[in-house]
Amino acid sequence: MRKLTIVEALKEAIREEMIRDERVFCIGEDIGTPGGWGGAFTVTKGLSEEFGLDRILDTPIAETGIAGVAVGAAIGGLRPIADVQYGDFLFCMMDQLVNQAAKLTYMSGGKLCIPMVMRAPVGATTRAAQHSQSLESYFVHVPGLKVAAPCTAYDCKGLLKSAVRDDNPVLFFEHKLLYGSKGNRAEAGALSPAGDVPEEEYLIPFGKAVVRREGRDVTIVGKLLTVYRALEAAEILSKEGIEAEVIDPRTLVPFDWDTLLSSVKKTGRLVVVDEEPGNCGWASDIGAKTSEMAFDYLDAPVRRVTAIDTPVPFAPEMERYYLPNAEKIVAAVKSLT
Amino acid sequence: MKLLKKKVEKDLLRRMYYQMLMARRFEEQASLLFVNGELPGTVHLYAGQEAVAVGVCSALRKDDYITSTHRPHGHAVAKGIPVKALMAELFAKTTGCCRGYGGSMHMGDIDYGMVPAIAIVGGGIPVAAGIGLAFKRLKTDRVVACFFGDGASSEGAFHEGVNMAAIWDLPVIFVCENNLYGASTHVSRVMKVDNIAERASAYGIPGVIADGMDVLSVYDATVEAVERARSGSGPTLIECKTYRFLGHSRTDPQQYRSKEEMEFWKSKDAIPRLKAWLIENEHFTAEEIDRIHEEVERELDEAVEFAKNSPSPLPEDALKNVFVGEGS
Repeated sequence: MRKLTIVEALKEAIREEMIRDERVFCIGEDIGTPGGWGGAFTVTKGLSEEFGLDRILDTPIAETGIAGVAVGAAIGGLRPIADVQYGDFLFCMMDQLVNQAAKLTYMSGGKLCIPMVMRAPVGATTRAAQHSQSLESYFVHVPGLKVAAPCTAYDCKGLLKSAVRDDNPVLFFEHKLLYGSKGNRAEAGALSPAGDVPEEEYLIPFGKAVVRREGRDVTIVGKLLTVYRALEAAEILSKEGIEAEVIDPRTLVPFDWDTLLSSVKKTGRLVVVDEEPGNCGWASDIGAKTSEMAFDYLDAPVRRVTAIDTPVPFAPEMERYYLPNAEKIVAAVKSLT
Repeated sequence: MKLLKKKVEKDLLRRMYYQMLMARRFEEQASLLFVNGELPGTVHLYAGQEAVAVGVCSALRKDDYITSTHRPHGHAVAKGIPVKALMAELFAKTTGCCRGYGGSMHMGDIDYGMVPAIAIVGGGIPVAAGIGLAFKRLKTDRVVACFFGDGASSEGAFHEGVNMAAIWDLPVIFVCENNLYGASTHVSRVMKVDNIAERASAYGIPGVIADGMDVLSVYDATVEAVERARSGSGPTLIECKTYRFLGHSRTDPQQYRSKEEMEFWKSKDAIPRLKAWLIENEHFTAEEIDRIHEEVERELDEAVEFAKNSPSPLPEDALKNVFVGEGS
């Protein structure tokens, strides 16, 4: 089967959906200008030549405007795929995402739908405090938003196509170190996992996790880049006779509790790995709910391996210290056994 | 009152008067019900500004959209949402226009072209631009009117939304209801220019001032802006000079404005002004006007009865409608 990078897979998903449905369009900063970037990580590069600048719509640098216009365009009958250059800029548009996009369906008693996708690159890449954050938890916390956090090319394509067809607002997170962007947008330290992507069309439903590695001794769940960190840790642990099961939820809202809980019931131990700071975060929530729902099956407390509770530091030494990695995961697992 | 540039049909004049009166009486009724403890929540009443909502919506078609604010009752009446559904929403009943999920501050019904009111100041402005983008991209000739207050024109969302509508020539009519106060703060303390309409020049679009206490002035300005929008020439900013007769919200003691000022604006009340004009110009007799008053009272009474007798939601209905398709 052919292999695609995540950038290629996302581009293909957008292209297919734009061909399938005239109402689909992209809106964001520097996404269409001929000779420009094609989005901060080249996902939309080349698409304006095929679809024109009306459907790969460049905006002013105005994040509130981008999100608000996307909400309005969805109300008016289009299906926007909006993007921000860095996930950090989502904070500029929080009112539109949290107060409008997420709540209009509810406020209207279910009469109004907001079919929009908001794409956002996250993850620490030595860009310091304002261009490196992982911030999925903020959005998982908001009722009315769906949240995707896929980490393979196959999942990125199938989930983005499903997101475009969903009648609800979807936050779609992409990790900078997984894109596989090329040329001057290539990332130092990237994993860039090229993966199998079939030629024929497919969709991936929200709320279905994947077991990336089977094991009997401990369950490790991560998202985006930390799935790969968990797999690295599992490899190390395996050499020491500890078999870890690694779960990739793929979407955070809805979340596939069935897959996680049946794994925990089998292994009796859970480590949650997250690139976000730990306080009040995704890892805490997964841990708390697992304790509530599967306490009798747990042989040890749930452990979290997260970023430390500081802004993302700049110096590479400090950034490495900040982030979860395989060694920290291994240590956490060993503390449970 | 100004002479109209366009001849206005008698039916339209009747509807204008009816809607302005209904919007006013609706607020008076709502205020009473709140004071009597019959309604939950809070309420921001529209009394005094009726000429704006009705003047603007009279220039729109049913399939045009409006966006609204935390003070949306008048807009909802003017866009033609049945008063029963509005009253039932205030009573938090399942028969309300938002089925009890929205309340006073989120009134609306997309079936009548009103997006559930966005009660974050300025929040509706980029949304309206987006609706305009959709209407244009889908090659319709529909337009969207975006209501907001003087306070919203200082929000960043105003700048971003109006600028985008301007650069893309979107069919949006930005309607600023300048009622002189953001809650208790006078507009002169938060703005260096005298008129909000002047801000339009920063975006390269027309900025027009209308008398917000004269429905025909607002209507006239809107008709022109709608023609411009439908023909693809882009947005217009209309500043309507108006005044709210009641407090910002139901608990406002209103010690920040003088009795003289309030009396001055009440002397400009758009409803008696229109009534006098209609009789003076022989559009209607005083008896015909009286019948409109009777009709409004009857409908309002029926609406209150309907709302009181409607079922309340079940507590667990709170779980529905978070996502599309989970509803009743």
